[in-house]
This record gives sequence, structure tokens and C-alpha cells, in this order.
Amino acid sequence: MKSIRLVAAIGAFAAVPAFAANTITIGMTVSRTGPLNTDSVSQLRGSELWRDEVNAAGGIKVGGKHYKVRFVEYDDQSQGGRVQQLYTRLILQDKSQFLFSPYSSGLVATAAVISEQYGKIMLIGGGAEGKTYELGNKYLFQCITPADQYLSGAITELKEHNPHAKVAFVYSDDPFSKAVVTAARDQAKQAGFSVVLDESYPPATTDFTAVINKVISSGADTFLGGGHYPDGATLARQLHDQKAGLKWVSILVAPDSEKFKTLGDAANGITVPSQWEPQVKYKPAFGPTVEKFTEMYRKEFKDDPDYHAASGYVVGLLLQHAMQQAGSIDPEKVAAELNKIDTTTFFGRNKFATDAGHHGLQLAHQMVLAQWQMKNGQLVKEMVWPDAARTAAVVYPLP
Amino acid sequence: MLGLLASVLDGLLIGAVYGLASMGITLIWGVMDVVNLTHGAMIVAGMFGVYLLAGAAGVPAYATLPIVLVGGFLVGVALYWIAVHRVIGQPPLMSLLATFSVNLVLVGLGTAAWGTDLFNVPVSLPGFSLGRYTFPGTHLMAAALTGMIALALYFFLYRTRLGKAVRAVSGNREAAGLVGIPTSRVLALAFGLGVALASVAGMLIATMFPFTVLSGEAYQLKSFVVTVLGGLGNPTGALVAGLALGLLEGLTTPFIPVSWTLVIEFVLFVVVLISVPGGLPTLLRRRRSA
Repeated sequence: MKSIRLVAAIGAFAAVPAFAANTITIGMTVSRTGPLNTDSVSQLRGSELWRDEVNAAGGIKVGGKHYKVRFVEYDDQSQGGRVQQLYTRLILQDKSQFLFSPYSSGLVATAAVISEQYGKIMLIGGGAEGKTYELGNKYLFQCITPADQYLSGAITELKEHNPHAKVAFVYSDDPFSKAVVTAARDQAKQAGFSVVLDESYPPATTDFTAVINKVISSGADTFLGGGHYPDGATLARQLHDQKAGLKWVSILVAPDSEKFKTLGDAANGITVPSQWEPQVKYKPAFGPTVEKFTEMYRKEFKDDPDYHAASGYVVGLLLQHAMQQAGSIDPEKVAAELNKIDTTTFFGRNKFATDAGHHGLQLAHQMVLAQWQMKNGQLVKEMVWPDAARTAAVVYPLP
Repeated sequence: MLGLLASVLDGLLIGAVYGLASMGITLIWGVMDVVNLTHGAMIVAGMFGVYLLAGAAGVPAYATLPIVLVGGFLVGVALYWIAVHRVIGQPPLMSLLATFSVNLVLVGLGTAAWGTDLFNVPVSLPGFSLGRYTFPGTHLMAAALTGMIALALYFFLYRTRLGKAVRAVSGNREAAGLVGIPTSRVLALAFGLGVALASVAGMLIATMFPFTVLSGEAYQLKSFVVTVLGGLGNPTGALVAGLALGLLEGLTTPFIPVSWTLVIEFVLFVVVLISVPGGLPTLLRRRRSA
């Protein structure tokens, strides 16, 4: 009996994680499967790159101690219900000290309920809708530009070429896309454009034939909308197949991915609002330069980083910075440092709102507008707005 | 007006493919009273068939049709012997659970192999224009091939000995067995045919729209609506009902938000189930006899 107890005690001891001492556990869910997987996995890759860099350098030095970073991540299958269960598990069972957000506004809103309930800091690399930050949350920090500014660059640039654009808004019926279009609708009207079609579609739509016929019937010369990768890429392909006669097409999220060029001619001329591109020219106060990040990412993943990868990296970088500034991993002290942040990294400038009505909302980060252009028979993503970031003149009208 | 006409024509073109996909599900139901829930997965298998053959092996997209057809048939026959044969004659719930389980396994394997990324099969075919509206060549080709496959199926079922055996087993399995028809083999053949039709529908859909491992679910749902509308177990009815559903989509979408399309379709599904369980054919017969 005694020996059984001894074995049980050894077993129980062995089950306790060995990394409890100088390890920081960060929990997150990732959409490895489901419609959000392309962008979500990209975001995870960015975070993993940060973690590996930190650990290779011996960990994060805080208050004279070096802390290695450990991730606990689960597949949320792009479903809000899974996010709710898994963030609870990440906090209670896996003892995550800090959290990174899932990808997309809908999932972030769900995760935020849990993180706030348990008072855990959660850095958001992929959840642009602003409403989540109006609920009196204290520990959320949005590192990307909010949804209401996504299409402002496209509208500004388009006005230069077509001051009387006739716009068709066609967008996914999800919180992020609706938030983008709600703001863009007003911006378009202020710019002097007329809105000739305003139509949402279910996020799981696989055939846009009917919607595109509506776009053609409306007489629109400009298309603004989309949602996430699968629907955005399908829209681009069908707009091309059905020769919709548009002069300008801006699609959310999907065209930012390098995979978008597999659409061939259908990708040519499509513009995409982007949080970050490898061509930006920010001078970082700390962390890697734009070139260094791009090089590290290419070396690790044999692919060009998109903005989701960059935002995945920057959430880690900002958390690391806040811990180092606080000289502690105490959540209250780290949160206080995050509240103070007004800094520029390779990802651009970041500053969080600190007033109770918008706490955590991103105030300083700026977007760019990219366009797929055909150069010597190859599709290349060029930056076409703002002027400071421009790498090529915009192609207008669509080829 | 031109917009409505274009919408209706587009609806009919895509409706033909809905019909083709549904012919597979309804053939299996008609012959063996099995609701095949691997239908969506088999549509996706057809999509990946053309993607891999056209993309990796360089086979022209439409030349993959016979390969996908034969491949789908063989997979269907194998699935029949593995998962369906044992539950033939059992309560419908058994076959429902058996095919549902196989569907989960297939979708899981597909997700493990390809993730849920979006795949695109670039096919360039000249289209047809009507004013500002263009009907892509891929849509026209899909509808034309659907017509040919439907004719071939009709010829097989009504003009060949094997087809007659399938219909005999469908009509009365015991009696067919008594006159010497090997019913189990005929059932396997019918299941193979049903899966082959689903795979070819998937192959044609992949030439029109990008797809993921999970795309089959949407088409499976549409297939159920079409199957009920066309009368359970009636392949010709399924094709007509597919066209009718496409027509309905074409007629309604110019006037209502597209988000409502699915709502209307499923309301129709429930209404048909309650009021005319035999679908359109029953409705037509009632009219004739009235």
C-alpha cells in the first residue's frame, strides 16, 4: 500500500509542469480549420516567430530574471462557441498568465468576455471592430487600426481618379465587415460618391453570381466590400469571370494574402487595405526593423509575411516591451505600462485609448493601401497609398 | 428587365448543377432507402479530383471528368461495402448514422491533408454576353455537361439490362432477388453511381468557383431541398427540381437581399414536405388527374 502511495505521489509530482519557474505562459486560440484559417494561421506564425526569437536570446529579461515564453494554443475551428470554452480552459486549466487574441472581430468579442471576467491581459492582433472596446474593458489592447478606418485610404485615393464614383457595397454579414462598411458608407458620401448598391451576404456564401448581377444592374463603377479570405477571393474570381465592368475594386483582407495571386488575372488591379506591408518604412524604437522581420519570416516560413503575420509578431513585442518597462510580470503593472505606450515598431505606431469609454482601442496605427499589379507577367503587390508609402502609381481603371 | 433575364438564365445554369448533384443523392435513396450523408464529402472529393489532376498533373480541367466519374464510382462501391451494406434493410436512422460517421471521417481526413484553405482551379473559357451581363463559359459548359450526363443516366436506367436491374431492385428488392438479380451487387452499383454523380457535380462546381474542404456542406443542403422538391428517389425529378430551384433563385435575388435566398429555399423545403411529400411529380400527377 505504501509503495502504491509512493508511486502515486511521484506520478502527481511528474504531472506538474516543469516550466513553472521562469516561464511565461501565453494562451491563445487559432483557427487552424474553418473559414478563418488562412489569416489566423498567418497571425500565429508571426507570434511563433517572436516567441522563438525571444527564447533563442535567452528569454525576456524582467527585473533581473530571464523568462522563457511558452505558448498554449488550441484550434477554435473558426467558431465562437469553441473560443468561449477554450479561453476559459487556457486561463483555469493551463494557467495562462497573458493572452493573445484569436483572429477576427467576432471571435475576439467572445474571447474578450472571458479574458475580462478573469482580469487577464489580452493583446489583439486580429480584431478590428471597435465596439468591443466600448464595453468598459480594462485589459484589452488592440494593436491594429480599427475597422472604421479600413476603407478610408481607398476612398481618398479613388476620389483623385473619380470624384463621382458610383459605389456598390457588398460585404459579409459579420461584425468586422459590417463595422468597416458602416463607417465607409459615410466616408463615401462625404467624398461625394453615390452609393448605388448596399448588400450583405452570409459569410459562408460560395457562389456570388446573383450578387454580381446586382452590381452590374446597379450601374456601379466601384466595388467596396468583401469579408475574409474564402469569400473575398471567390468574389474577386467571379467579378473577373462575369466581367462586371468595374473601374475600382477594393476587397477586405483576402487580397493581402500571398495566396491571392493564385487567382491569376482575377487578382490583377484589386486593391486591399492593409495594416502592414513589407515595403513600409517605419523606424522602430525597439525590436526588429521591417527588413529584419521580413527576412526572418521568409527564412522560417519560405513565404512573404502578410499583415496578419506582422500583427501576430507585434502583439508579442509590445507585451515584452511593457513587461520590461514595468520590471515585473505582475498583470496590473504590465497593464499600466501598456496604457502608457506610445511607440513605433516595425509595424508602425501604437497607442491605446485609456479613457473608460474606449479603453484599449488603437489610436495611432495607420493603414496603407496595396494593389496587385501585373509586372512582366508576374503579379506583384504594390503600395499605392498614402504618398509616403507609395511604391507604384495606382492602376486606374482596372485592367 | 435585361437584369432579370440574366439572373434567371444564371439561375438555370447553376440550377442544372444542383440537379446533377441531387440526382446522386436521390438515386441512392430511391434504390436502397439510404440518405447518403457522405454526399457533401463526395462533392468535395470531385473538387479535389479536378484540382489535383488539373493543377499537379496538368490534365485539362474538362478531361478530368471521366477520371473523376470512374474514381467516384469506385469510391462509392467501396463505401457501400464498408459502411452501407450492413445497414441495408435496417431502420433509416442506422444508415443515416453510418453515412454521417463516414462523412466525418472523410472531412477530417481532408482537413488533415489540405487544411481548410481555399483552392482555385483556373479555367478559361469564352463566355456569352447579353448587354452588360456575361455568362462565364465555365457555367455554360457545366450546364451542357450536366445535360449530357443526365441523358446518359436516363439511357442507362431505361435502355440497358443493368439499368433495368437497378430499377427492379428499386421497385421491389425481394422480387428482384427471386428472379435471379444479384441485389447486393446492384445496390453497390447504384451507390457507386450516386457517388460518381456527386463527384462529377463537385468537379464542375470547382471549375466555376473556388472551394475548400468544407464547401460540400452548402451543396449537400441544397441537394436535400432539390431532392425533396423533385420527389425522393426520382432522378429526372431531381434534375427538373434543380432547374426549378435555380429559377427561383434567379427570379427572387434581383428583388430581395441575397441573405434571404436560403431562408426562402428552406421554407419551400418545409412547405413541400408538409403539403406535397412526393414533390413536383406528385403535384403534376394531381393536376393531370384533376
